[in-house]
Amino acid sequence: MITLTVNGKTRQVDADPDTPLLWVVRDELELTGTKFGCGIAQCGACTVHVDGAATRSCSFPVSAAVGKKITTIEGLAKDASHPVQQAWLEIDVPQCGYCQSGQIMAAAAFLAKNPRPTDEDIDRGLTNICRCGTYPRIKKAVHRAADLMASGQNAKTEA
Amino acid sequence: MNAPLDKTLRRARARAGAGMSRRQAVTAMLSAAGGLAIGVNLPASAFAATGKGPRPMGLLQSPEAIPPHELSAFVVIDPDDTVTLRLPHNELGQGTTTALAMLIAEELHCDWSKVKCEYASATRNLTLKAYGSMTTVGSQGVRTSVNMLQQAGASARARLVEAAARHWKCDAAECKCEDSVIEHMPTGRKVTYGAMCAEAVSVKLDQEPKIKPPEEYRLVGKPTPRLDTRPKIDGSAKFGIDARVPGMVYASVRQCPVSDGKLKSVDDSAIQGRPGILKVVRMANAVAVAADKFWRAKKAVDDLKIEWDTGASGKVQQADLDKAYRDGLDGPMGSARKDGDVGAAFGKPGGKLIEAVYEAPYQAHVPMEPLNATVWLQDDRLDVWVSTQSPPSVLAAAAAAAGVKPEKTFVHVNFVGGGFGRRSTPDEVIQAIAVAKAVGKPVKLVWTREQDVQHDRFRPQAASKWRARLDDNGRIEALDCRVAVPSLLRSLGRPSTGDGVEPMAVECLAGTAYKIPNLSVGANVFNTHVLVAFCRGVGSSQNGFFVESFIDELAHAAGQDPYKFRRAHLDRADWIGVLDMLAEKSNWGSPMGPGRGRGIAIMECYGSITGQVAEVSVDAKGKVKVDRMVIVQDCYHAANPNTIYQQMEGGAVFGLGQTLAGNITIKDGATQQTNFHDYRVIRMAETPKIETYLHLSGGPRWGGVGEPGVGPTPPAVCNAVFAATGKRVRRLPLASVDLTKI
Repeated sequence: MITLTVNGKTRQVDADPDTPLLWVVRDELELTGTKFGCGIAQCGACTVHVDGAATRSCSFPVSAAVGKKITTIEGLAKDASHPVQQAWLEIDVPQCGYCQSGQIMAAAAFLAKNPRPTDEDIDRGLTNICRCGTYPRIKKAVHRAADLMASGQNAKTEA
Repeated sequence: MNAPLDKTLRRARARAGAGMSRRQAVTAMLSAAGGLAIGVNLPASAFAATGKGPRPMGLLQSPEAIPPHELSAFVVIDPDDTVTLRLPHNELGQGTTTALAMLIAEELHCDWSKVKCEYASATRNLTLKAYGSMTTVGSQGVRTSVNMLQQAGASARARLVEAAARHWKCDAAECKCEDSVIEHMPTGRKVTYGAMCAEAVSVKLDQEPKIKPPEEYRLVGKPTPRLDTRPKIDGSAKFGIDARVPGMVYASVRQCPVSDGKLKSVDDSAIQGRPGILKVVRMANAVAVAADKFWRAKKAVDDLKIEWDTGASGKVQQADLDKAYRDGLDGPMGSARKDGDVGAAFGKPGGKLIEAVYEAPYQAHVPMEPLNATVWLQDDRLDVWVSTQSPPSVLAAAAAAAGVKPEKTFVHVNFVGGGFGRRSTPDEVIQAIAVAKAVGKPVKLVWTREQDVQHDRFRPQAASKWRARLDDNGRIEALDCRVAVPSLLRSLGRPSTGDGVEPMAVECLAGTAYKIPNLSVGANVFNTHVLVAFCRGVGSSQNGFFVESFIDELAHAAGQDPYKFRRAHLDRADWIGVLDMLAEKSNWGSPMGPGRGRGIAIMECYGSITGQVAEVSVDAKGKVKVDRMVIVQDCYHAANPNTIYQQMEGGAVFGLGQTLAGNITIKDGATQQTNFHDYRVIRMAETPKIETYLHLSGGPRWGGVGEPGVGPTPPAVCNAVFAATGKRVRRLPLASVDLTKI
């Protein structure tokens, strides 16, 4: 058994150590908001936070996650209150929605380091794939989230 | 004067038009919770007229939860004021859920905050045939269902008002409805829909109410937030791949690299004794491994030693295919349109002759959710959870493969992680059923991205040859266009049209609105072993590049401005309206710096006219950057502009991928590309600023919006490249073209 800390809770999972964190999160912990897209860390649909850093979980073995703080889309904020989620809602970003958990997790980690990004910063920093082509709205929503964060709106956390 | 394809177009317009509502039969029923359920049934003859046949689909809830007597209902109003809409098309991201709901709510005058959506049941509809064409293809969601949904909303409202009038013993004309509340205007008395819904079931109307004229719309046409956004920002939205069945095991699959090859042998000694491995399942052209965990199944498949018999197709190279379609341009041509006398016009003295050959490569769909299916096969029942665009065909194929009766087969569809035309075949479902039979347990089978890319059914490659004669005034006097292209229908195992020309092969060519007195459009439609299928934009995605690039060539040959040249060859107000708005919004004609250029393209498909202007920068090494795109869309009516803007942006991004990078090539009969590192798609950094404007002509027809945004992008960008550099791109993608060597 492997012990993990996911969304603030300690969880025991039965998995081979080389299993990508993605499959453990999805199939063992039933947190299916994190998605499988490519399996080779190209598309970012599987992005989670490992100690706060955006991490493509399809290529990150579960053994490397031991002792680290894992956050998935389900644990990002209570009631989708994270400024990135609120901006996504306001701008109506998603189309099919499949990649959006990863987009939001990537954007949240990105904004934590770059609270006032330029368009060029976003082009360089957010590289997840969206086949529906929501990029123009993602860019708009990232700026909006930056505004929300600057005005002091913070995510509610689980009690 | 126009050839058979225009008949197809006319029929399509007729069925998208308003005439259908007269043939609709409205039924009122009691809902499960004691409320009002309204169904709108098209009689069989109406289906026959569409040429589509009745088709069922899947659901967001278990079909058993819907009682039989309200199954054909589009709209259900329950005592708690909830309004449930049963929608006949799946949500692939195109916003159909919200748009279709708005169409019903517009007529119903219900409280928008109390609206919830479900999919209709595929299985029950096998016998009820209530929902029209329930596939989600061809940008048809709004177009094919608008009349039924509007009528359902209007008929429900009329019954609720009549029930209230009976209750108050007044004339229904004295009542009005707002946000699910009926008011008796003279006295100010009020009652909710929920309170009247049971009474409304017994109301008999002398005639069904008329639907509103567009000028009375209050919700339809206003940008409205999507109903499905909230679950898509917190990870709670369930997709096919998220299905979970008690006792379920996992499967990973490896298919023969060559589409018509066969499995020869499998050596599974490397995986013997590994924990969790349940079974190696051999199929005619694939091998799957079932295991207790997906990762174990996937690793086991990777470690199998598999031999394939790839036959003659295993020797086919991309250069052979390129040659075959180029040579096909001189082969037998089926005629799709013949106006005037092209031969005679070309024989005249004077004028100017222009010729060109254009080519387009295979393209992959690569929706973000890889193909997957979860099946639970019990003695006399089959449940399938799958992200599909076509529950009816999945249901039929799954039932046949499992040996279960169709009425005992249930196809469950949830949110679909992108479709783009990829999800109309049941390959993954058939494989999952084979594994489920072998292991006797419910199975979730997931394709890796490598399987998804390698075994896609591609947007066809195509070649086209163009010949035109400009008269001495610089007008197109004659145009001869030939295409050589695979048949989508034959590749999908469906019968093609009689003379070998299928509409998709000549989409945007045979139906062109340009006024050309002598016009000939021909197609040589033939297949190789490479599987092809519908892909967002379909024929327009390659033919748009061909025709709008060549028209641009003609404009320059005539020494005319490409916008004005197009305009001079048009007499349709809708096309001209789109062009003029494009010119205005893009500041067409204003000077651009060196190395920069502006290109224009316009086309009509899926009942809509879409124009785009692209602005590009080209550096000294020939690298193209698209800086800005201006899009004008005339879909005649807008259900939800919010989602139309999304579709236009998404269509352009999809088209941009095909323009700049997308390129599937064949080596030894197999797909060379495997994943996003070698089949490149557009990311944020390559996405230009995109502005979208609606230019709505109104009238009887409603146009589609899912696909029309793709096709204009390649020619708009390549025409801009010409404006910037004087170099004409006649083969895509730009990534494989060295502009410095043209």
